Amino acid sequence: MLTFLAKRILQLIPTLFFVSVLIFSLQQLLPGDPALIMAGEDRDPEVIEQIRKQYRLDQPIPVQYVYWVKGVLSGDLGESMRFKQPVLDLVLQKLPVTMQLASMALVISLLIGISAGIISAVKKDTVWDYAANVFALWGLSTPNFWLGIMMIFLFSVQLGWLPPSGYVPLTEDWRQSLATTIMPAFVLGNAIAAVLMRHTRSAMLQALNSDYVRTARAKGLLERSVVLKHAMRNALTPVITLGALEFGTLLSGAVLTEQIFTIPGFGKLIIDAVFNRDYAVVQGVVLITATTYISLNLLADVLYVMVNPRLRA
Amino acid sequence: MVEVPYDSALATQRADETIESPMRRALRRLRRRKGAVAGLIVILIFVVLAVFAPLIAPFDPAAQSWSAVRKAPSALYWFGTDDVGRDVLSRVIFGTRASLLAGVISVGIALSIGVPLGLTAGYLGGWVDAILSRITDAMLAVPFLILAIALAAFLGPSLGNAMIAIGVTTTPIFIRLTRGQVMAVKVEDYVEAARAIGNPRWRIALFHILPNILPALLVQATLSIAAAIIAEAALSFLGLGQQPPAPSWGSMLNSAQRFLTTGPWMAVWPGLAIFLTVLSFNLLGDGLRDALDPKEK
Repeated sequence: MLTFLAKRILQLIPTLFFVSVLIFSLQQLLPGDPALIMAGEDRDPEVIEQIRKQYRLDQPIPVQYVYWVKGVLSGDLGESMRFKQPVLDLVLQKLPVTMQLASMALVISLLIGISAGIISAVKKDTVWDYAANVFALWGLSTPNFWLGIMMIFLFSVQLGWLPPSGYVPLTEDWRQSLATTIMPAFVLGNAIAAVLMRHTRSAMLQALNSDYVRTARAKGLLERSVVLKHAMRNALTPVITLGALEFGTLLSGAVLTEQIFTIPGFGKLIIDAVFNRDYAVVQGVVLITATTYISLNLLADVLYVMVNPRLRA
Repeated sequence: MVEVPYDSALATQRADETIESPMRRALRRLRRRKGAVAGLIVILIFVVLAVFAPLIAPFDPAAQSWSAVRKAPSALYWFGTDDVGRDVLSRVIFGTRASLLAGVISVGIALSIGVPLGLTAGYLGGWVDAILSRITDAMLAVPFLILAIALAAFLGPSLGNAMIAIGVTTTPIFIRLTRGQVMAVKVEDYVEAARAIGNPRWRIALFHILPNILPALLVQATLSIAAAIIAEAALSFLGLGQQPPAPSWGSMLNSAQRFLTTGPWMAVWPGLAIFLTVLSFNLLGDGLRDALDPKEK
């Protein structure tokens, strides 16, 4: 286990290196003098000079990169031009909001995706199976920003059940907090539920056709316990780790969902930064998402080995 | 009508089976999948709409009319009008152009960068493969839409830049797929045979390996077009794609969001159009996957 872990972590180093190069080179895409663009509308010569010094724009690009990475490694992701605040602080402020949204979405998608997947596998080639497959196709093909708008129209404008936008932190008032996040969480979880459903279905079909399930049935066990205890436990292992991998989809989706429901999270931060030409914030958000995603990937791998005794050797 | 003896009919059938090319077999299988056929038909309808938009659209998609602001769907305006009195139906029809173009061009970009790199990595192996694979990992580590947003932000908002951003972001999927397929195919006997008779490496890669991995690429390209169309709509929705007043489904949804109480139809039609197009490409992709799978009968 330890050697496996060490190997996996060693593999991460080149990946992280290329991620940092990728994010660093984003600023090379800016047309013209980056200092001039990063300074924003006012073009104050003093600010431009400060930026030039801060990013060492007068030095060769590899040198700039080294300084940038040094900063990142010590937790300095640069400063937001707009808020005059360190990028790291900004991101850490917004992170809990997105995390709440993402966790709720993950719970919703696991609940819907896994149960729909199990039902469609057990009732293969029936109306249930057909309905679950239609649901999966619908989930994969509906743009979540459209779904969000339609849900606001139905539940907020027409029925008046839920607030159309805004956010209340969990610590302030949990009822209000749930009311403001349940729609966005559903919108966010919908597409992932479809992916999980498809995987659960095929994993369950495989498990149900296996020898150990035939043995369990031959022993005369109740079909319910065969499905839930014998088949499901084995089928769900890869599905759960897949859930961790879908986290990237969650973060991508959060950008749009937060925009539609005006939730002040991570996604709203990056979009606002894009339109205010606050490039350091854009880079910071991309860097932190990538690092989180890579860590979760590692976690998923480790979990997978831990729950699967055959891989432990 | 001449009566054909029983055994001769059987003989022709057998002959047919032996000469059926893989392509014809795939087409025959595809025809049996109702979902894929329906998807293909819908895609063709959208292609016709895009190509002949000026002939089909009842109004000029950019013509504003202050006497027809936010009119509900009617006999004159089938899909209603928007906040500045433009015909929603005409805008949806013209919007097809941006969406289909974005889907096809960005996947084209991804294919033209990803396939050569994947071929190189998979066929050469060694340090070339190691470096390319780590770069692929790095790109896949950044969530798709976030990387596309960042690229579009640094390149500047426009439909062209959105296509580049989506194309570049889709590229690692094709590098990885091509590489994996090449690794599986390059140990086959026919590749060995091609090498034995002295073909140069580039010739083996292009003429012996590439044709055999085309089916997998075709399936992935179809599914990627669906994802690219959603991504373009998302970027346009956020204001990073097609710039107003040029019509695109994503930017129509953006303005519709502000008028949900007074003009909900503004949000229904562009969304439905995105949904239908994406659904059709997904159905076609699923159907192609089954039809091209050599293991299935």
